[in-house]
Amino acid sequence: MKILVTIKSVIDPYVKVRVRADGSGVETDGVKMAMNPFCENALEEALRWREAGAASEVVVLSAGGAQAVDVLRTGLALGADRAIHVNTQDAPLQPLAAAKLIAAVAKREEPKVVWMGKQSIDGDYNQTGQMAAGLLGWGQGLFLSAAKLEGDAVLCESEVDSGIRVLRVKTPCILTADLRLNEARYATLPNIMKAKRKPLETLTADELGVDITPRLTVRTVATPPVRSGGQKVGSVGELVQILQSKKIIS
Amino acid sequence: MSILIVVEHDNRAVRDNTRAVITAAKQLAGEGGRITALVLGDACEAAAQDAATLPGVSEVRLVQHGALADRLGEPCAAVIAEQAREASHVLMAAGAQAREWLPRAAALADAQMLSDVLQIESPSVFVRPLYAGNALATVESNDAIKFLSVRITQFAPCEGAGSANAAAVVAVNSEAVASGDWSQSAFVEARESDLTRPELTTAKIVISGGRGVGSAENFQLLERVADLLNAAVGASRAAVDAGYVPNDYQVGQTGKIVAPDLYLAVGISGAIQHIAGMKDSKCIVAINKDADAPIFEVSDYGLVADLFEAMPALEQELKTALAKNAGE
Repeated sequence: MKILVTIKSVIDPYVKVRVRADGSGVETDGVKMAMNPFCENALEEALRWREAGAASEVVVLSAGGAQAVDVLRTGLALGADRAIHVNTQDAPLQPLAAAKLIAAVAKREEPKVVWMGKQSIDGDYNQTGQMAAGLLGWGQGLFLSAAKLEGDAVLCESEVDSGIRVLRVKTPCILTADLRLNEARYATLPNIMKAKRKPLETLTADELGVDITPRLTVRTVATPPVRSGGQKVGSVGELVQILQSKKIIS
Repeated sequence: MSILIVVEHDNRAVRDNTRAVITAAKQLAGEGGRITALVLGDACEAAAQDAATLPGVSEVRLVQHGALADRLGEPCAAVIAEQAREASHVLMAAGAQAREWLPRAAALADAQMLSDVLQIESPSVFVRPLYAGNALATVESNDAIKFLSVRITQFAPCEGAGSANAAAVVAVNSEAVASGDWSQSAFVEARESDLTRPELTTAKIVISGGRGVGSAENFQLLERVADLLNAAVGASRAAVDAGYVPNDYQVGQTGKIVAPDLYLAVGISGAIQHIAGMKDSKCIVAINKDADAPIFEVSDYGLVADLFEAMPALEQELKTALAKNAGE
């Protein structure tokens, strides 16, 4: 069984993002990049399935420019067998376009499962997996904190507003990972060296027949109003008095 | 403008979050615009009748089918995409249900959805957050049908009932659901938390605990105060990861977004991902023993104290204060 895992390069989650002064976006020049955390969990799960004998091949997929290649090398170092790079240079890629690329690659590769992160921490859309599943007409297992392969279906535990909902989703399907799914591994130095020799195929959006023109035009990106800290209170009694006098509690 | 609202319901009544979605829909509809509510499910006619009483709703479309009973994403998205054909906008409250249905429906309609809309500048220009709310993007949609999930904390819930005559409920036969093969997914079970307190996203007061609370048992310190104030109980991701409380308690970038009148953060250091989920609260109070915890930077009132002393003290003070009020 083949698993396709989509991974994305984003600004490192521990870096404080800065909005560019001209409002054109967020500063990325010279900023440390990393694999999107949710993608790390998706890849980890796929690798565990392969290690448990449930999958035979793990293929990582990313779209973008040079940073996509970097993140694919990281994916290979973590244990993926081969990589597919859809070279979109640094053109903006919105979820619908990304989903179309993923659906096109899924049709070529015919994996049983596509593992994805539930959202990327830059755009925060939480859409691409659902869109790709819709375009393919496949089942979707979303925001998963647990997943178990059972024959031709996956038992999926989704984190929803009211708790956990368990679905049985038939393969082929798209699964999206939440952070509680597992704890992702780190790449070791020997594996980073080995990764350089693993196959990496490059495709273009044109070759896949996908129009990636953005549907949303970004007019400005701004820094939100900053909430300033207030006063320290000396005791619980003082706190209750203040909240009462401000009619916040009654 | 022709606005289609996809309503969340429990088969009997619509969820409270619908009222905030209507406020957003009214902003879009403007003069002469039309708001249609879409109720989908099975044996959910009562919910459709409830939706018909909402102010501003001119028609309720009711799609009932066995394949929709479990609200699975595959059939529900197909129905939404089909029913959206005449609409200028399709709206839902941002949340797990919208995340399951709306992106898939938008893709079927070849539209780029907008998630978590905070502001409506015009029928095609919207403000939405990036990077856990550390940047706000003003974006223009070029799609013919615009799919939006809206942050209910940013739109005041509309009040009252509709006009004297409730809107018409029209039962619709959906070709999309009737003709599809919906064997992709099957419902197995739901493990829901007992909800004896108000729901997190609509509560007036929220008390959240972090890793500092230390155990599931210790969360009772927060729950006892919550019960005095009719508050909801939330948590940081660290507290959920540690197993103190279930996942649906999580407030933050990837959990629930809340904006109550009072947010009390107990033993929460204040990671940016947590702050993203609560920074629009009207009043933020933090109790933490670390005077340098980042949570104090966004708090209106901060108390540097050990929560194991402060929470029982708070419970006592509140009991006294509330009893005094009740006596007056």
